[in-house]
Amino acid sequence: MNPFYMALTRRRFIRSAGALAASAALPHVLFARTGGSARLVVVILRGALDGLAAVPPYADPHYAGLHRELAISAPGGVDGALALDNVFGLHPSFVFLHQRYLAGELVVFNAVASPYRDRSHFDGQNVLENGLTKPIGTADGWLNRALGALPRTHAGNGTERAVAISQNVPLILRGDAPVMSKSPQASAEVDQDLLARLADLYSKDEWFSARLSEAVQTDKLADSGADMAGQSVMSGGQANPSPQNGVKPAAVDRVSGIARMAATLMRSDDGPEVAVIEASGWDTHANQGGARGALAQRLAGLDTALRVLAEELGSLWPQTAVLIVTEFGRTAAMNGTRGTDHGTGGCAFLAGGAVRGGRVIADWPGLAPAALLDNRDLRPTLDLRSVFKAVLDEHMHVDAKTLATRIFPDSSGARPLQGLMRA
Amino acid sequence: MMQTEIAVLRFGLGARPGDLPAAADDPRAWLTAQLKGAVQLAGNTALAPSEQIFTELLAAREQRLNMRREAAAQSAANPTDRFNPVRAAYLPHYRAQVLARAQSASLTARPFAERLVHFWTNHFAVSADKGADFGVAGTLENEAIRPHVNGRFVDLLTAVEQHPAMIGFLDNQYSVGKDSELAQLAARRAARSRGGAPGKPRREFGINENLAREILELHTLGVNGGYTQRDVTSFAQIITGWSIGGGKARLAGGIPGRFYFRDNLHEPGAKTFLGKTYYEEGRRQGEAVLADLSRSPATAHFIATKLVRHFIADEPPPAAVERVARAFLKTGGDLPRVYAALIEAPEAWDTEMRKFKTPEDFVFSTLRALNVSPRQPEEVLHSFDLLGQRQYTPGSPAGWPDTAKAWDGSDALMHRVLWASRVAGRYEQGIDPVDFATASLGAYARPETVTALKRAASASQALALLLMSPEFQRR
Repeated sequence: MNPFYMALTRRRFIRSAGALAASAALPHVLFARTGGSARLVVVILRGALDGLAAVPPYADPHYAGLHRELAISAPGGVDGALALDNVFGLHPSFVFLHQRYLAGELVVFNAVASPYRDRSHFDGQNVLENGLTKPIGTADGWLNRALGALPRTHAGNGTERAVAISQNVPLILRGDAPVMSKSPQASAEVDQDLLARLADLYSKDEWFSARLSEAVQTDKLADSGADMAGQSVMSGGQANPSPQNGVKPAAVDRVSGIARMAATLMRSDDGPEVAVIEASGWDTHANQGGARGALAQRLAGLDTALRVLAEELGSLWPQTAVLIVTEFGRTAAMNGTRGTDHGTGGCAFLAGGAVRGGRVIADWPGLAPAALLDNRDLRPTLDLRSVFKAVLDEHMHVDAKTLATRIFPDSSGARPLQGLMRA
Repeated sequence: MMQTEIAVLRFGLGARPGDLPAAADDPRAWLTAQLKGAVQLAGNTALAPSEQIFTELLAAREQRLNMRREAAAQSAANPTDRFNPVRAAYLPHYRAQVLARAQSASLTARPFAERLVHFWTNHFAVSADKGADFGVAGTLENEAIRPHVNGRFVDLLTAVEQHPAMIGFLDNQYSVGKDSELAQLAARRAARSRGGAPGKPRREFGINENLAREILELHTLGVNGGYTQRDVTSFAQIITGWSIGGGKARLAGGIPGRFYFRDNLHEPGAKTFLGKTYYEEGRRQGEAVLADLSRSPATAHFIATKLVRHFIADEPPPAAVERVARAFLKTGGDLPRVYAALIEAPEAWDTEMRKFKTPEDFVFSTLRALNVSPRQPEEVLHSFDLLGQRQYTPGSPAGWPDTAKAWDGSDALMHRVLWASRVAGRYEQGIDPVDFATASLGAYARPETVTALKRAASASQALALLLMSPEFQRR
């Protein structure tokens, strides 16, 4: 048997010592460590990102044969992966994420999945967001339940401690704890007198009056945050390389706009500690492309949005964790239309100044025929809830019992990972 | 009590002046009278058929290819930054389709039937934000749904799954059976070029299971409808060859923009799906599966649940679902009789307004209340953008969500206020707000709303208040 393959199949966590060593010399110094409380941004990639393209296992002997023209080649060559360790790389569009990895601020996960094992986007997203093992059973999301359990020592004296950057609140943030929603088209031109009269008109209708007062409150926050923008620590430090493919579809700019708004709100006085951002367009059934092409453009857009987020958070970055997740992965093999179909195991990322990064965490099952799930998908070896729990525990200081019972019921099999965050 | 208002506001698209009196005689008869025959677009915007749009698309693709070649020859940096002929070919059609839809919704005398058209468009969702579907998303509604909305479900289903906009949206046109003529030919050629040794062809062909999966999950059985991954794969094999006409070389054949069965891509032979073996040949095999799916109790229950959710409440009352599902099964999916069962459900006549309007509902009911109809696409395009429901772009094949919690964000409410105040500023002239409240809401206009309208600082402000009142925001 191929010795490399044996190494891969040994069930172990792969750490990249080289990258950790390098990180000491790299731009982490840009960020002054400050006191203050933790910030969490969750980025949901809707449509199922192909983990085998985003985090190519270039050294797996079966990878290139399965993923074919969609595969990303080994680091070093033209359009090759950005090196993480001797097994995995990052997609070449992830220029900023790779910098964060080298700076020790990014953990890359591979072969992860929520407990969901079928292949419907909609059910898959429900499980990702509701924190249960099945798509239905609760109308609230795990992040909302976590808000209710945050210690009071965190910053943010306003009632809403989280914001969804969208017109409407996604499932992950729905629930009893108050949250706000805000989208980039600010509604500054609404007449204040009309709002006052509407408040009066809604006084007997609890449902409407709650939403209106929330909307008015969020607008005030956004105004105060906008005044503080432009003081970003990072913007002076680095030039902005343009995205890999030069093209910026409207959807890509939209994600950057959303990221900027999240950061602006979080920087404001009494701003939220938690934000949720969504990006769609990952359902690449046809003409997915490899190092260049449709998916590469999307990834470049995401990478730019994350850069914008980090820059705009500025002095908050050292106390920030950004969790990037998708509902499931895609098939190991390319399909008949140069794309990939719905799969199971995929990737996730945890970035931020508060993250003990520069590591890949992957108990890699390999892509050999016998290793695949249902003869088609990367077999997941890590439950995403182990990551969620670790972030809520180590970063947000939610107590372990609440985590195990109320926030993620039936999750005893998914023990929180240890040591994900800097002490 | 309120039966007239319920028929017009909940089942229909909101009241135009005169709608409430017209339905008052017999609200149920007013509804059932709308359930006969095709539901044509009301209004006067001429729309190109998908054949014409696809023909233009093919020419535009050719042009784009030539531009790219030229750019490559001159080693220019970014060909895609420039003028995009495909988008340019599609844009006028998209705009015309959005305009025609808003005109029809604002003018139609059969608003219940029109709402049913919208319901099915959302059930069989395609999205114009997929580049290849940008200019044809609306044709699915107008060409596959409008003719069959008052027909049998199986005919509606078949028309939709064979419409080029659906096939293109879910990538079926190039899904190729491994043992199909084309795949075999490619394999033989590869072998010849290697001097007879078996080997891999230059391009391998295979299936794409997207359309098959979404038909099962979203169009018929529902996600818990009892199928497995094996059934999805098998169904994908069954519908290999379901394609769009117009192509080159070995993919020549058929009329651009029309369904075309490509026998040379089809996986030959009998196949087993959900425990039954299908021996039909060619396209008939897939049609036989659709016919069986349309008779399945899981499909009846799934469709009934969605209808009841749309017309009655976000949490569908089980008795109403049961009633509608039974009618679906008993009549073999005869849609007017399915709708009749919905009308007969007592829960549908609950006087409490339980549905929060979607942005689309809000725009259409506002146009009807104001008795106006847009003449230019610009008059409505921006409205849908602002309110977060750009027409024909649900993004996902699951369609737009049909529950309040997906639309009730505080920021969304602020955008509605903004839009209402702009509309009010534009249409205030000649409107008496109190009369307007009565004509558009009937007995649902609350006394405190009427008082607020009387006390408003201006007619424009009164109109905005009415449009944003809880009773106008619900149905």
